[in-house]
Amino acid sequence: MKKVFERTKGLVDIPMRYCPGCGHGVVHRLVAEVIEEMGMLKKAILIAPVGCSVFADEYFNTDAIQGAHGRGPAIATGLKRIKPECLVISYQGDGDLASIGMAETIHAANRAENISIIFINNAIYGMTGGQMAPTTLLGMKSTTCPAGRSVDVNGYPFKMCELLATLDGAYYLERTSVHAPANVIKTKKAIKKAFTYQMEGRGFTMVEILSQCPTDWNLTPLQAIERVKNEMISYFPLGVFKAPPKPTKQETVKV
Amino acid sequence: MAEKTLMKGNEALAEGAVRAGCRFFAGYPITPQNEIPEYMSWRLPEMGGTFIQAESEVAAINMLFGASACGARVMTSSSGPGISLKQEGISYCAGARLPIFYANVVRGGPGLGNIAPSQGDYYQATRGGGHGDYRVFVMAPGSVSEMANFPRKCYEVAFKYRIPSMILADGLLGQMMEPLEFDFEPVDTSTIPEPDWVLGVNEGRKRRVVRSYDLAPGKMEEFNLELDSIHSEVKANEVICETIETDDAELVLTGYGTSARVCKSAMALARKEGIKVGVIRPITIWPFPEKIFSEIADKVKNFLVVEMSLGQYIDDVKLSILGKAKIDLHKRPAGGIPVAEEILGVIKQILGKS
Ligand SMILES: Cc1ncc(C[n+]2csc(CCOP(=O)(O)OP(=O)(O)O)c2C)c(N)n1
Ligand code: SF4
Repeated sequence: MKKVFERTKGLVDIPMRYCPGCGHGVVHRLVAEVIEEMGMLKKAILIAPVGCSVFADEYFNTDAIQGAHGRGPAIATGLKRIKPECLVISYQGDGDLASIGMAETIHAANRAENISIIFINNAIYGMTGGQMAPTTLLGMKSTTCPAGRSVDVNGYPFKMCELLATLDGAYYLERTSVHAPANVIKTKKAIKKAFTYQMEGRGFTMVEILSQCPTDWNLTPLQAIERVKNEMISYFPLGVFKAPPKPTKQETVKV
Repeated sequence: MAEKTLMKGNEALAEGAVRAGCRFFAGYPITPQNEIPEYMSWRLPEMGGTFIQAESEVAAINMLFGASACGARVMTSSSGPGISLKQEGISYCAGARLPIFYANVVRGGPGLGNIAPSQGDYYQATRGGGHGDYRVFVMAPGSVSEMANFPRKCYEVAFKYRIPSMILADGLLGQMMEPLEFDFEPVDTSTIPEPDWVLGVNEGRKRRVVRSYDLAPGKMEEFNLELDSIHSEVKANEVICETIETDDAELVLTGYGTSARVCKSAMALARKEGIKVGVIRPITIWPFPEKIFSEIADKVKNFLVVEMSLGQYIDDVKLSILGKAKIDLHKRPAGGIPVAEEILGVIKQILGKS
């Protein structure tokens, strides 16, 4: 019988610790599939952050390194400068990337550092039990804003793609989600673009992925999907925020 | 290679590191160590290496974390406040067994303090410095020549045992100029075999993981005990210490780095007056030359500790001597530099000579 689907070789065959309905697992599979499809399994280095995805260094079937909270982009800088032939991927949560690691994120982008970030925006601190994240929505409850996030006390949720799009060093920025099959497919395409641009040496690339955290949102997996669809996307619009300049007509002719 | 040159301490340290194989430097400006990143910014590209001015010390140490995991001989340098910021990353390197090398050109603290020479970071350097149970190999140069030649030993020990290594200098050593000679040939980095833990292209081998965590029950204790046995090996094999005229001494002066220089001058003054003074000068302050102190304390009953801090170094002297001799302290913290004459005065007081 013809095989129509096979588990990606990009993931190690061990059980993952993610909760049912969590977005991390879906994104892991997409990242792994892209690495495999690009033939980069032997040349990828994955950076696992501090957060629920800390164990990503166990799950990906590539070389991996687990680093300090928020420092992925700096670690990626060190890796890539020494091993430019490798595909360097920094996998990060929102607390990791947009709070404690904000400086490293912005500066790596601004240096046009030739790395790719997979940014899981679940609007919450998952691993530590549901505290407010820099991306927690206004009005959304967390264990450290039990009455809901208010502008007076906590300011606004960070829109990272929009912020980084102002930097000349950022080459490719796209925000996607994984709440529905069509979005999962788009996310995979975005990841592939980011990794391809990196290997072409074009500079900083990031895919921000809106992701469900049913456990710390205190919702069922289905309700969590509804929240992404109905609440998150309206504040964090999906789309491409930075893309390679389109070639002019003349350039196209030359090519 | 007996070419004598005149260099500033910080530049000598940078050149020494490059000759010892350093090919990656990330740092952030802070006085009194700015000559190190400045030197590296042109010297490393010349050698095909990488220099990055990081956005902060936090970023710099994490760039080292990544570059070191790829097998490079890496370096960063800073002074007190910046080294404090690097401690989390240094702890991660210790936990992930990455052989990084760094220098602290110490200034006066606490807080922003001043930019004068100091030895106030002794505890921080010799006790690991960051969170968790680990130690760093620490060398304390006392001259520009040693600033130039010690990085080689630091890399050797760091790679042999897979532990971080550092040079604890001070603003005086960093800023002064002295003639120096390199006592080793430049290392040809292309001939260094790649260690079996390095990340990169994993053709023909199993995938590798660099990490500092293990949540499985009992695993972290196991790792700590393994580190402990590595620390014991370093203690057994890597102590370096200078002793001068301790055989007939009625009093032993002791200090490290700049303080040791002054101790030597004070010893010369004392001997000229017929007072028998010797000097113990640890060159590695971790591991500490405990045995040497202990043996000398069997014979000599007066020790005078000289340090440019409030009594940090003296603790290691006490722990080595274990009550076998009387110990006095002469301290000049945060910019106070002891001079030979004042030390001679203290010696006379202790020995009851006028
Ligand atoms: C320096 C430091 N501060 C705090 C922590 C504790 N901590 C662990 S995970 C985490 C939050 C992670 O949240 P996020 O990045 O959003 O990832 P998620 O778990 O939601 O995937 C925090 C604060 C830490 N490990 N290190
Ligand atoms: S706590 Fe949230 S982010 Fe963490 S594994 Fe569970 S669902 Fe996923």
